[in-house]
Amino acid sequence: MAKRSLLKRLGISGGTFVVAVPYIWLLLFFAVPFIIVLKISFSDIDLAIPPYKPLIESAGNHLIAIKLNFNNYFFLFTDSLYFSAFLNSIKVAFISTVLCLLVGYPMAYGIARSAPATRNILLLLVVLPFWTSLLLRVYAWIGLLKANGVINNVLQWMGLIDEPLPMLYTQFAMYIGIVYSYLPFMILPLYSNLEKMNWQLLEAAQDLGCRPWQSFYKITLPLSRNGILAGSMLVFIPAVGEFVIPALLGGPNALMIGRILWDEFFSNRAWPVASAVAILLLIVLVPFMMWYQSVQARESAGDGR
Amino acid sequence: MSIPATVPLKPAPWKDPSARPYVQLERLTKKFGDFTAVDDISLKIYQGEIFCLLGASGCGKTTLLRMLGGFETPTSGKILIDGEDMAGVPPYQRPVNMMFQSYAIFPHMNVEQNVAFGLKQDGVSKAQIKERVATMLDLVKMGDFARRKPHQLSGGQRQRVALARSLVKRPKLLLLDEPLGALDKKLREHTQFELISLQEKLGVTFVVVTHDQEEAMTLASRIGVMNHGEIVQTGTPSEIYEFPSTKFVADFIGSVNMFEGKLVEDEPNYVRIQSDELGSTIFVNHGISSPPQAVVWAAIRPEKIFMSIARPEGTDNIVQGAVQDIAYLGDLSIFLVKLPTGKVVRVTRPNTSRHSEEITWDQQVYLNWDSTSPVVVTR
Amino acid sequence: MNERRSLFILCCLGFGFAFLYIPILSMVVFSFNASKLVTVWDSAHSPTLKWYAALLDNDEILDAAWISLKVAVINATGASILGMLAGFSLSRFSKFRGRFALNAMTTAPLVMPEVITGLSLLLTFVAMEQLIGWPAGRGLTTITIAHITFSMAFVTVVIQSRLATFDSALEEAAMDLGAHPMKVFFVITLPIIFPAILSGWLLAFTMSWDDLVISSFASGPGSSTLPMVVFSKVRLGVSPEINVLATITIAVVTLMMISVALWMARAARLDKARQ
Repeated sequence: MAKRSLLKRLGISGGTFVVAVPYIWLLLFFAVPFIIVLKISFSDIDLAIPPYKPLIESAGNHLIAIKLNFNNYFFLFTDSLYFSAFLNSIKVAFISTVLCLLVGYPMAYGIARSAPATRNILLLLVVLPFWTSLLLRVYAWIGLLKANGVINNVLQWMGLIDEPLPMLYTQFAMYIGIVYSYLPFMILPLYSNLEKMNWQLLEAAQDLGCRPWQSFYKITLPLSRNGILAGSMLVFIPAVGEFVIPALLGGPNALMIGRILWDEFFSNRAWPVASAVAILLLIVLVPFMMWYQSVQARESAGDGR
Repeated sequence: MSIPATVPLKPAPWKDPSARPYVQLERLTKKFGDFTAVDDISLKIYQGEIFCLLGASGCGKTTLLRMLGGFETPTSGKILIDGEDMAGVPPYQRPVNMMFQSYAIFPHMNVEQNVAFGLKQDGVSKAQIKERVATMLDLVKMGDFARRKPHQLSGGQRQRVALARSLVKRPKLLLLDEPLGALDKKLREHTQFELISLQEKLGVTFVVVTHDQEEAMTLASRIGVMNHGEIVQTGTPSEIYEFPSTKFVADFIGSVNMFEGKLVEDEPNYVRIQSDELGSTIFVNHGISSPPQAVVWAAIRPEKIFMSIARPEGTDNIVQGAVQDIAYLGDLSIFLVKLPTGKVVRVTRPNTSRHSEEITWDQQVYLNWDSTSPVVVTR
Repeated sequence: MNERRSLFILCCLGFGFAFLYIPILSMVVFSFNASKLVTVWDSAHSPTLKWYAALLDNDEILDAAWISLKVAVINATGASILGMLAGFSLSRFSKFRGRFALNAMTTAPLVMPEVITGLSLLLTFVAMEQLIGWPAGRGLTTITIAHITFSMAFVTVVIQSRLATFDSALEEAAMDLGAHPMKVFFVITLPIIFPAILSGWLLAFTMSWDDLVISSFASGPGSSTLPMVVFSKVRLGVSPEINVLATITIAVVTLMMISVALWMARAARLDKARQ
């Protein structure tokens, strides 16, 4: 039976209002902006405020000239900096996602199999760092990783190393920062998926002759597929465009596309180039977003479990 | 109550053509897209009745109930309650209350607040609310639990709160959606009788939706058996059980042995049916209105079949078979007897005493029944 | 019966939580360190509260914090209202034109890289200013609009998942007992989903309080939020005052979480006492 609001069924419609308000807001401030970005990515850089030339110009005699300028895109494809930044971003995001999964899955599994009281406390402990500032948590790693930071000091005190290890401003630091910041986004969807798991399935599998590791591999893992996908998307997609972590922990040659976009925009005031970068980034990410949405829809539909 | 003593003097309202129906459905239909949930139902329910809508899940019984409550709008047809057309009357203005299957107890209010909710909406004075809520809670034996929150109540207690909440407004009609579905078997039986005595005390008309035939038989003054959106038969529990009008009803209520056959002798005061399934003829001592040679079904209840080792006297309605299986249920035993035709017949026998003739597996037995026992249905 | 965790899983949990909490604890510890070198413990003069005093004297940080607080409160309220409407639309109306689009527009911001959201909003504000003259320049208004846009998606998810498990028979029962639909919403629906709305509000508040990237795009001169100030300081290296700020943030969040937990425990106890 269709689940419709009683209000609507009775014809006392406030329903239109309820839908319209958030709809218009999102249309105005979420959908339309992308069209504007697209528009500006086709315009010329100008030394003005705002720093781009209008696309549509009056060419006299009531004629209107639309100048589409593909230079920005051409520029992105010819300068290898952008291409390698794109590749690097995807690589970093992918490796971070895998690392998050490796750390997060056992944790989510452990929490889901705890006694209910313990479960809530553990879950609270996962969420708590998320409620404190991301910026400050990334900052904490600077203190841990830098040359005279906590880790180097401890290692030197233990006599394991003589010279401080160069850890800050490296790829390593960047991975640590991303995994650290995005871990809750991996654990929560995994947990909410595993929590619904019928653990008797594992007992049934073992009863039928599966060893514990086999039953995990053959039962738990496939059944938690949607949780894995959702968590991975929640980590991967934003990580591709991540700015703060590479800017603070990554070295000067940590080429991440989010950072390039930021620099083009704020340092070079090249708004059209930044827009073109954003559009290309979107083209890369939209398939993943649609995948994420379909995973979410499947998960909330219950997946026949 | 003293009422039952006077009841036999009056004819039942549904047999009295002059009686005014309290709830009247006229050609009621409800469609969800292409799916017809309720199909052209006309029905009269009289004051003081407990009318049970009985059917399997998905038969449209809940949709029918929700239309009475005002939660679904009929696609076509009319609902009259106490002579008033309910079209366009929203649920909050209907003289009807509903007890929901999930009980729908407001989790953020205690028992007392839950029961008082409906009275508050009507602007009843505080003192009166207090008094009526207290009386109602005492009536359902929940007086001691007035301050409890719903999550502190057991299933049976929730059921009572839901009942009190829907009765406190003194509705003309109470709709109950699977009222005892959430209770375990022992509690359910006990509560059925409480529900009946409460209904008699208050005189409210009940319309109950259930999929549990035992519940319907216990509660109902009349039962409407539903299938695929239609009411296939209406009648008192014994009418429905003893005289099912279709194969579906015979099969749905209780268990039955169904024998397909052809009408070979069709007289005004008896018929004879040739059944290949039975491998014999069935003699029925009353006439039926069906063309000769028509295909009919004879339905015989398992408890109406007698079983013996020796061949009983007479010639009609006797077959021989072998005991294939026996299930001992305490108060009675079920025997599955396989006929030479391959058909398996179900026979029940009360365990009143230790039977002189002990019947065991693979034993050859004779089955016979009264010529009044079979019910002949044509569809 | 679920207490079936192997040693391996326990190790993973231990390692994971250590990974999550060691950086946080290190900030707390070093906020009491006297040395300006931050991570080198000056045992002669520590622990000390001198950086706490320094933070209270730092007008730049305090001003930014005040701006962030204002933005966060308005944002959380606005995002809660819009998110609630969107959540209701998506979970209660199974069919309406543009449902797919609304669903997409509330899912996409959850994963959209902030640089893209920030850039597109800024360009929109600029275009709007050219077109209709509003919003004039960038400042608190534009930051707030930007924050509401990305944080309402999170509120929507919270409300939607709460409503998914909401027994609609509760609303029908209230209506059956004579309450008008509007009243049903305020007396039944709203109180029952209130915890979800509250957590949505807090989520939106935190996201706004914490946001650096989108604020940087949407802000103008004189409207630097706290994360923007912190970012510019952190880029220059570690600073003891930031440790103090972190410690205060952690303390506030932890206190809030504990008080919510205690409040819930107390409510449960009161319920028991009433029996």
